[in-house]
Amino acid sequence: MVRLITHNLLACHAKGCTSNNFPLQFQNVQIELKEAEFNPTFLETFMPKLEWKALVDSAKEASATISRYILGNTSLPLEQPEMLDEEFLKNLHHVLLEIHVEEGIMICPNCKHNYPISNGIPNMLLAEHEIG
Amino acid sequence: MNATIFLEIGSGSGCVSAFAGKILDTSTLYLTTDINYRACNCTRRTGSQNNVTLDAIQTSFTQALHSRLKNSVDIICFNPPYVPTVSTEVSEAQDLRGIEGSWAGGSDGMQVTNIFLSVVHELLSFNGRFYLVALKENNIPEIQSRMKTLYQLESKIVLSRRAGREHLSIVRFKRALPGLS
Ligand SMILES: C[S@@+](CC[C@H](N)C(=O)[O-])C[C@H]1O[C@@H](n2cnc3c(N)ncnc32)[C@H](O)[C@@H]1O
Ligand SMILES: [Zn+2]
Repeated sequence: MVRLITHNLLACHAKGCTSNNFPLQFQNVQIELKEAEFNPTFLETFMPKLEWKALVDSAKEASATISRYILGNTSLPLEQPEMLDEEFLKNLHHVLLEIHVEEGIMICPNCKHNYPISNGIPNMLLAEHEIG
Repeated sequence: MNATIFLEIGSGSGCVSAFAGKILDTSTLYLTTDINYRACNCTRRTGSQNNVTLDAIQTSFTQALHSRLKNSVDIICFNPPYVPTVSTEVSEAQDLRGIEGSWAGGSDGMQVTNIFLSVVHELLSFNGRFYLVALKENNIPEIQSRMKTLYQLESKIVLSRRAGREHLSIVRFKRALPGLS
C-alpha cells in the first residue's frame, strides 16, 4: 500500500527533475481503509520529518476521490499546531497511517512522469536513460 | 532500540524486515525497497502475516526516497546480491529486475553493493546504524577501511558464520564521532 506517510517521502528522481518534483499527485486512485494502532509517541516523533503542506494537500486530493462519509475526517490545519491535542493526533493518525492507496498513478508535478501503483506497490523504477 | 525509520534495501521475501518488526518497538515506520515487483509483493505479505506493516516500494536502492530521507534513517539493512559473477551479468540482471538480480554481484561480488556504499552515509541519522551482509570474497577489511576513509563511517563485524559453502558476515556501520579514534 502507499500510505500517506510513505507518499510524503517519495519524490520524482527522473533525470534533470530536481525542483517542484514533490509531492507526486494522485490520479485515479483506489483507496482502502485499514485500522492501525494509535500511537501518539510515534506521531510526535515523526512530525518534524513531514513536509506538512504536501501532506495537507495530498489528504485533500485523496478525499476528493472518495466520499468523506467513508474516508473519515482528513482535515488537517494548514500549519502544524504547537499544542498537540488528542483530536488533532487522531486525525493525523488516520491520514498518515490508515488510508491505503492500492491502485492508481502518481504524477510528477514538474516533468509529468507517471509512477503507477498496482496492488499497493508503487513502481518508482526508471529506465536507464531516464535516471539522472 | 529506538528507531523512527527502518529501511531495508533489497527486501526480497521480506523476512528480515518482518523479523525486525517483531524485535523493535511499535513506534517505527518500516520501509523496504526492491527492484523486483514480486519481491515487493512478497515482502508486503510476509509483513502482514507477521502483523508488521511493511511499506514496500519498487525502486533501485533508495532512488525515489533519497531526497526526503537524508540524515533520517535510524536502521538500514542490506543483504545485497554479493555472489561474484562476470560483470556484464550484473548490468543484465539489474536491467531485467528478475531473480538473477538477487545474487549477481559482478567482479568480487561488490558491483551492486558499492553503488549503495557510496550514498548510505547521506541517509543515516545521527545515531543511525547500517547493517550489511557480506561474503569473505567481498574483502570485508577493504570495505571497512574504505568506508572509514571516505565517509567517516566506522564499523564492526557483529556476526560471522558459515552457511554451506558461503562464509557470511554482518558488518555494522555507524558515524564516527569527531575527535574520537
Ligand atoms: C540476496 S537477496 C536478499 C533478499 C532478502 N533481503 C533476504 O535476506 O532474504 C538480494 C535482493 O536485492 C534485490 N536487489 C538487487 N539489486 C537491487 C537494487 N539495485 N535495488 C534494490 N534491490 C535490489 C534483489 O531483487 C533481491 O531481492
Ligand atoms: Zn519529475
